Amino acid sequence: MSELFLRAVFADNLVLSYFLGLCTYLAISKRLDTALGLAAAMIVVQTLTLPINFLIHQHLLLEGAWAWVGLPEVDLTFLKLIAFIGVIAAAVQMLEMALDRYAPTLYRALGIYLPLITVNCAILGGSLFMAERKYDFAESIVFGLGSGIGWAVAIALLAAIRERLRYADVPEGLRGLGITFVVTGLISMGFTAFASVTLP
Amino acid sequence: MSRRLRQFLSPLIDENPITLQILGICSALAVTTSMTTALTMSAALTAVLMASSGIISALRRHMPKQIRLILQITIIASLVIVTDLILQAYAFEISKRLSIFVSLVVTNCLVLGRAEAFAMHNPPGPSILDGLGNGLGYSLILLIVGFVRELLGRGTLFGFEVLASVDTGGWFQPLGVMLLAPSAFFILGLLIWAIRAWRPAQVEENEYPLSARVEG
Repeated sequence: MSELFLRAVFADNLVLSYFLGLCTYLAISKRLDTALGLAAAMIVVQTLTLPINFLIHQHLLLEGAWAWVGLPEVDLTFLKLIAFIGVIAAAVQMLEMALDRYAPTLYRALGIYLPLITVNCAILGGSLFMAERKYDFAESIVFGLGSGIGWAVAIALLAAIRERLRYADVPEGLRGLGITFVVTGLISMGFTAFASVTLP
Repeated sequence: MSRRLRQFLSPLIDENPITLQILGICSALAVTTSMTTALTMSAALTAVLMASSGIISALRRHMPKQIRLILQITIIASLVIVTDLILQAYAFEISKRLSIFVSLVVTNCLVLGRAEAFAMHNPPGPSILDGLGNGLGYSLILLIVGFVRELLGRGTLFGFEVLASVDTGGWFQPLGVMLLAPSAFFILGLLIWAIRAWRPAQVEENEYPLSARVEG
């Protein structure tokens, strides 16, 4: 279990080795404080939606899931995509309402980043990976938490580096997007080093 | 007609969705380890983009503003499911290698971005053309990155040997790092640099210019 967690954070990092959630990753990493807000929202949403999507996938969509009502041949796996997107959108919406009611300071701090997460491919990608790799319920919680933290670590690193880069004299054509890609490549290279790390 | 042509050609380089608009980078890089997967992904995305632009543009007067995003996502998701099923039926091997990335076209900002920015305000004809142009711009970048990674990482193109590798008695030592994730970031970064050296209009403004004056 802890190995799965470590793999999800480092070696199989969603953004650095699977390129998931790159658009948000590049767009919201200019300042460290906003990046941290987004990172927190990401961890919460990822840990919430993965187990919910697991239950829906397991008990409503998979072949044979409707056997208890006498429909063993029904196979709804092709609806996976729409179901997952719906769950993610609903979870984000509910989280937004709950935060607004019980933690208004955090809600204001996260601002527009919360709704933006709905279209973040890292969330949908996490759920699809969970379905493809056939994780069980406990594993899906661990994978959700791990991949969320991994994404958060990656964006915090990039934002911190970009804040320092403001004072660097970058070649004209590389300024902005170009240098961000090169920096991301370097971070990613560092993270691949964790691929060989195994627990004793 | 020349306006149409320009509108169709501009997303190829001048307004390339990936290197300038920063749309659809997610799911773009993961499939570039070989030309075959890059080409399949490009074809899938271009097809979905053209179809979704056409449908959304045809329905644009009937979509209430408040729920348009949900409608757009549902249309795109349905098209992606169809594309995925077609791939599974006729190209199962490639579909296995593309893994979840075809499904991820749903959250590809490029598709939703073009729907919001163009298809909602224009008739179906130009919208489909816009979809095709942007799809081809996306494909161009994907194929260039895929070309470099497969050629230098394996010495092959589309699975055929181009550079004779050491294993088979040739001279070429494959660069394993090209098949790992970091190289995709480097190649795309350098590609953006090359394009901006060629088209200086795309260079980003310096938000924090260094001043020559030393204070204190």
